[in-house]
Amino acid sequence: MVKINGTELDIVGKTLAEYLATTNYDIKRIAVERNGDIVPKAQYGISVLRDGDSIEVVSFVGGG
Amino acid sequence: MIPTKEQWLRALYERHGKERQNAFLSATVAVCGLGGLGSNIAIHLARAGIGKLILIDFDRVDITNLHRQQYKASQIGMYKTEALADNLREIAPYVELEAFTQRITQDNAIKLLASADIICEAFDDAERKAMLTDIVLTQLREKYLVAASGMAGLYDANSIKTRKITSKFYLCGDEESDVSDGIGLVSARVALCAAHQAIAVLRILAKQFEI
Repeated sequence: MVKINGTELDIVGKTLAEYLATTNYDIKRIAVERNGDIVPKAQYGISVLRDGDSIEVVSFVGGG
Repeated sequence: MIPTKEQWLRALYERHGKERQNAFLSATVAVCGLGGLGSNIAIHLARAGIGKLILIDFDRVDITNLHRQQYKASQIGMYKTEALADNLREIAPYVELEAFTQRITQDNAIKLLASADIICEAFDDAERKAMLTDIVLTQLREKYLVAASGMAGLYDANSIKTRKITSKFYLCGDEESDVSDGIGLVSARVALCAAHQAIAVLRILAKQFEI
């Protein structure tokens, strides 16, 4: 199982890009933390989700 | 009368204590974007006696900025880097300032931010916030990033918070209120988020890493 923003999901073996494509996240407006590190955007397509991964997707909204 | 550097330092040591003040004085902090967040962050850090501030923004002061950004009506039309540097020198004349009047991009970010210990993301555009986060946390991995997301509208002040996402990444804001939803930006709430960012910077320098 992969934990994403606190929810356990059965998506082991998918890439991060494949998972994100099933969500409403706008890839240009997020950062993804995986087991304590930020995943480079250029690697979403080759980052394969493993059993036990803990992931947080952080969304940016406008204003400053 | 403007105090001497010795008088200024003595007053800072008296208020912050020697160890903490020395940590502030030896730090270089970059402020990326000098709007409502960045202008307020820079003023807080200058008052605290940060050693050096790197100020980066391509834009000029506009009349529509005055409701939340730390500029004066008399500064409309000036580059924000120059206007803010003037204001900071009036407040804290001995803080070292370096200003870059240019847009931060994928190509120049690493060079512009090379000498910073801590980087404050203070843009208003969500995609540019995410871009800078990606660059800093994956290519400048020894540096800290203090970013902001969600301070628009007139929602409850207590919904603005600071979260530690990784050992190098702090995020301030409510993470929801988006200015593109037409809810506007109110000075007090933007300044509150900027204060969260400034506190995160000062706590990192004081080696108080947990939230």
